[in-house]
Formats: sequence, structure tokens, C-alpha cells
Amino acid sequence: MVSTVYAVLFYIATLVLVVGVVMRVINYARTPVPLKIVVSPAPRTRKGVWFRMFREVTLFESLFKSNKWIWLFGYLFHFGMLLVLLRHFRYFQRDVWGWVEIIQPFGIYAGFAMVAGLAGLLFRRIFQQRIRYISDPSDYLMLLLFLGIAGSGLMMKFVNHVDIIAVKAFMLGLMRFQIGEMPRDPILMIHLGSVVSLMLIFPISKLMHAPGVFFSPSRTQVDNAREKRHISKWAAELPDLPEGIPEKKEG
Amino acid sequence: MASLDMDAKGGPKFVGDPLKIPQIECGAMADSKTFAAYPVHNEDLGFPGELLDNWKEVAIAKIGELADKNRAFKVYLDACVKCGACTDKCHYFLGTGDPKNMPVARQDLLRSVYRRYYTFAGKYFPWLVGARDMTREVLDEWYTYYHQCSQCRRCSVACPYGIDTAEISMAARDILDSVGVGQKYCNEIIAKLKKTGNNLGLNPKALRATLEDLEEDLEEETGIAVKLPLDVQGADILLITPSADFFAEPHIEGLLGYAKVFHASGVSWTISSYASEAANFGMFIGSYENMREVSWRIRQAAKDLGVKRIVFGECGHAWRVGYSFLNTLAGPFDFLDQNYPIPQHIMEFTSDAIDDGLLKIDKSRNDEFVMTYHDSCNVARGSSMGRKQGGQFDLPRKVIKAVCNHFYEMERDTIRENTFCCGGGGGLLTDDLMDLRIKGAKPRMTALQQVTEDHGVTHMAAICAICKTQFSKVMPKYGYEMDNVMSVHQLVANAVILDGQETEADVATAEDTP
Ligand code: SF4
Ligand code: SF4
Repeated sequence: MVSTVYAVLFYIATLVLVVGVVMRVINYARTPVPLKIVVSPAPRTRKGVWFRMFREVTLFESLFKSNKWIWLFGYLFHFGMLLVLLRHFRYFQRDVWGWVEIIQPFGIYAGFAMVAGLAGLLFRRIFQQRIRYISDPSDYLMLLLFLGIAGSGLMMKFVNHVDIIAVKAFMLGLMRFQIGEMPRDPILMIHLGSVVSLMLIFPISKLMHAPGVFFSPSRTQVDNAREKRHISKWAAELPDLPEGIPEKKEG
Repeated sequence: MASLDMDAKGGPKFVGDPLKIPQIECGAMADSKTFAAYPVHNEDLGFPGELLDNWKEVAIAKIGELADKNRAFKVYLDACVKCGACTDKCHYFLGTGDPKNMPVARQDLLRSVYRRYYTFAGKYFPWLVGARDMTREVLDEWYTYYHQCSQCRRCSVACPYGIDTAEISMAARDILDSVGVGQKYCNEIIAKLKKTGNNLGLNPKALRATLEDLEEDLEEETGIAVKLPLDVQGADILLITPSADFFAEPHIEGLLGYAKVFHASGVSWTISSYASEAANFGMFIGSYENMREVSWRIRQAAKDLGVKRIVFGECGHAWRVGYSFLNTLAGPFDFLDQNYPIPQHIMEFTSDAIDDGLLKIDKSRNDEFVMTYHDSCNVARGSSMGRKQGGQFDLPRKVIKAVCNHFYEMERDTIRENTFCCGGGGGLLTDDLMDLRIKGAKPRMTALQQVTEDHGVTHMAAICAICKTQFSKVMPKYGYEMDNVMSVHQLVANAVILDGQETEADVATAEDTP
């Protein structure tokens, strides 16, 4: 019963995540950009923009320049999470890839980095006057959700071992549309339950900043307005304005 | 407010910190209200004259329309993670402490309504995501706080996703206008421009008289007939400059500088009475249509006069519109000479003239000034100059250093892409917002005070009509004189010696010779 519920939840969540994000991204891509609104100084070439964006998503360059604390905690959280996610590949592969094997030990430390980053962000959100002012309940809940996922994951590793072989078998089964037995471990159930919730809310929440950053005109446009005319479809279809100068007399 | 600077030259000194973050003071600026537009001016711009009966539906629909027409609006409203990196970046927050002047909080005034009507979470769980209904209070709050944003984009530089509060402010003003709640200053000016071709309402006759007066002044000063041509058919260059250059100080001095540079370069040029304004307030109110109409005049003037090139004078947001939008709004400019950027900034022109050795310069003529340079926000973050990235910072400095001996930079985090707005940009340069303007100028003024303490800086140069007007108004509040702000081309005008011009030095040598 529990296995079936989790299996169904996983299928629904995956569907919501993929379809939701893809739909939103298509919607972003289709929404016109009427003007060149690069925030300068900005690259003059497409290649330069790729480089700018690469630095933004790998180094969080702007954030580094604007706030070192938020950068530190945000970076620990995001790149910790990235490693942890990559480490999790082994639960979805019958024969685990070599590099996934290699990162396993780092992935564990990354788990701690992720928790440290999240704790720092939460601390600031609660105690930094300005950030508290701009926070809504969902902003706290989101951090708590991530903390729940990371914390329960670490607990299964260090405090309360689960039958990881059985978990892997269950996951591999899901990928082949066979619902096997999921271990009845409360911490595992919390862990997977919060992951499912996260997947469900992703497309309707601020987590959309992840794909959104690639659609931010101020960062992704090329600074070449004078060389290349930029015009959006709806603007091109506006009625023509009258040619010529109406009346030319002094007075 | 002040801190002790132990490393200052000549022993420790009390100086302020331009980046000092104030304590939050809720509602500090809640009473700031800029005058509402007269119905007739709203109508001139194509908006309803007064608040519509069904304003709520119209406003909500307009939010949806903007989200469909402008990717930036939609993505920015979705993507903010409330990280807080922008919260201490706005000069109006630093100057007032009102938390609603923190960029993200300013966005949230609109985001909360967008979420309520256009997102799943906001429709079903409004309390969770801070969504709120559109009400009269919300509308009034928008009017109050979206007229406390100068659309300077300093916050956008700080944001990890480049979220630009200026875009949100423009959208909000567009929504306000479309339900009949316009701002007097902006809408009156746009209406005036549509009638007369400039923000001042100067008619061609008055403009011609002004230019003739200035020609006389120039001849008196230099002994040479330097022209300020108006409506000259077939001139090479059409100069588009803010109308403040025709009557306000220190703007006029800049105009005289352009005239000298053009004269020394031997090009033919003209001003147009039909497009006698570089400023485009259509941007401030976020109205594509109005911005396009204003820009269209420049195209028509260029065509009518048969010029080959367009050059913009010193004006910040005008240059943003010129550099980034003009080609979109009024292009393509296939009838102009394609060997030059279209349009070009006067700074690019002067910089080239210096490189080509066309200007005879005596730097010592500016020796009485110890200069610093204020990067105008729209030039710094909304445009560029020259062939290289960052030219909008380097060219003005190059020109200043070419004509002045004494130049010092202000603190790093207050210049170039991190420059502070003067406090009067974005359609806020009106007396009914004087309190806000004085407070908003504080970070810039503090940075200036620092270099005055450390290096004895006496004057600050700028290349924006709004900056110049704003500073000459607010500088006296910070211990400076009105004329401590200068046009960059004023410095150029001082230092350039025209061919055949008699200088004091000549006179002196003549007297020495027996
Ligand atoms: S654009 Fe400038 S004035 Fe507006 S919120 Fe951002 S920093 Fe403040
Ligand atoms: S920096 Fe950007 S993401 Fe962070 S709170 Fe400000 S607008 Fe939102």
C-alpha cells in the first residue's frame, strides 16, 4: 500500500515537474521582448553573452559582487545540492557509472555544505531586518522543505541506516514501471515525501528562477542595438505613424 | 551618520559612508505624493482623463496584457527568490529608510497583485505567497512608491537574475496611466513636446532668438563667429539635445562646448526646431506608444533636413533611448550615413576629434577646478559608447582628462556600473518631490564629500540634463554651491582654443614683446 502510494506520487510529481516547467519555459520563450534592455556594461556579441551567463550560473558572479554573505550561503547550498543530486544517480542505475562512483565521498560532504548553506540563509531570513521584511511564509517554508530533505538524507546515512539496497531496487523498478517494495522506514518516507512535494511545487513557485535566469532580457540580450535593429512582433504590427513634418512655420 | 576615517590625509577626519544602510523606518515616505496630471494631459497621451469607474478590472487586465507583451515583466515577477541582495542598493532606501523603497519590496507592491490574479499559488493560497487583492489602497500605494523610483537600475546590477525594478516601475506607471491616474510632471511634459517639439514648450521663434544670443556670447568670448545653426537644410549632422541645454545652467555651457567642437572639427551641423528635444519621457511612464511617437519626430527631422548623421547631446535617459531604443522605435535609419554609429553621442564625437588632433587644447584653463565625474545612471547601465564594452565609462573620463589637469574618482562602489542616481531621474525632477530628491541624493553627495575631504575636489562633472538640474538644486543642501556641478562639454569649452582665437596668453606675450 505505502509502496503504491509513493510510486503513484512519484509518477504524478515527475509529470507535473516536467510538463509544468516545459510549459512555463515555452511560455517565456514565446513572450516577446519589445526593447533592448540589457543592463550595461554588457557583451557586444552572442558569444560574450554565453560567457556572461556561464559565469552567472557557475560562479553567481553578480551575487558575489553585491552581497558576500548571501553569495556564500547560496553557493554552499546550490553546489552542495548539485553534488548530492549527482551522487544520487547511483540509485537509478543498475551499473553505476565510474564518475558517479568517484564523487560518492564528496557527495556526502556536500550534504553538510548544503545544510550549512540553508541554515545560513534561514538565519539571515529570520534575523536580518531587511530580509525578514520581504519574506512571505512560503519563503521560510521553502527553506524548511530543503532542510527537511537534506536533514533526513543525512540521517539515513549517519544515524539511522536504511536498507539502501531495497531502496535502489524500488527506484529501479519504478523506472521500469514495476512497483516493488519500498522499505517502511519513517525517515525514508519523510525524505521521499518532501522530494515529491518539492517536485510538485517547482513549476508554480519561485523555484522557477532556475530556468527563469536564462530568460532575463537584461542579462541575455546582446548589446548591439545600434548595429542590429531589434523589433518585436507586436511592435512591428503597430499602425504606421505619419511621415513628414506636419506644418513648418515659425511663430 | 559620519564615521572616523583614520587613513585620511592630514589626520583622521569625520566623513560619512555613502553606502551606509539605515535602520528600517516603516512608512517614512508614505506621504510623498507627486501632483496628479490634469485630465487634459492624460487624454493628450491617449489615456483616460480621470480614474475609470471600472478601474479595477482594467488594471488587472492590463497586468495580464503586459505579462503577455513583455517577457521581462513576466520573468522578473516570477523569478525573484527574495534573496535580499538588492535591498541595500537603492539610493532612495539609503536616503529615506522606508522599506518600501528597497527594490524587491517595490517590486512586491505589484508582484503581490500579479500573484493574486495570475498564479496558481496566489489564487488558492494567497496568504502563503503574500498575494493581495487589487484595491484602492493598493493603487494609491503604487502611485506613492512607483514615483519614488528613478528607474536607475542599480538594483538590477546587484540581482543574481538581473531583475530590473525599473521595468516594474515603468509597467506600474503604465497601468496607472491606463486607468486614468497620471503624474502631472511627466504627462504635462510629453503633452507639451507633442505640441512644440520640446519639453519646455519653446516655439521655433524663441528657440532661434536664444541661439542667436548664444552666438553673440560666443563671438564676444572668442572673437570668432561660432554658429549655433537652426533648421539648416543639408547639414551633415543633426544635433538632438535636451532642451535644458538652451536655457539652464550649467547645461548651456555644455551646448557652447558642442558648438566649439563642431566648429573646430569643421563639420556642418544643425539643430531642428521640430525635434528640439533629446529627452523622451515616454520611457518614464513605460508607454511604448508614447516613446515611439516622441522618437518618431527625430526620424522625421533627420529626413526633412536631409542630414547624414545624428548626434545626441549630454542627456542620460535620452541617451538610453537613443542608444538602445531609437533603432527599434524609429528605425531603420537606412537613409543616414552608415559609416557612423546611429545615433552617436557627442562624447564619441569629441573623443574622435581629440584622437584626430582636431582640437587645440589648453588644459591649464581648467586649473581652477579639481574635478570628479558622476556617471549618470542611464548612461552607465542602459547604454554604451564607442567601440568597446564599457565605453560609456571610459570616453567621458578620457575627454575630461584630456581637458583638465586635476581629476579624482569617487569611491569604487559609487561609480561606473555601481553609480548612484542623482536622486532626480525617472520623472521625479519636480518640486513636489523635493523632499525625496534631497534624501535620494544623499549617497552621491556623501561620496562627493569624501573626495572633497581627501583630495580637495571642488567640482563634479556630469553628462545628463536631469543630473545637472538636480545637483544644482540639491548641492546647496550638502554644503556646495549651485555651480559646483558642471557639464563635461563645459570643461571642453573652457580648454579648447579655436583657430584664430585670441587668448589671455597671446595678449600677455604681445605685451611682453618690446
Ligand atoms: S531602479 Fe533605482 S530607484 Fe528604482 S528601485 Fe532600483 S535602485 Fe531604486
Ligand atoms: S536581488 Fe533579485 S532575486 Fe534577490 S530579492 Fe532582489 S530582486 Fe529578488
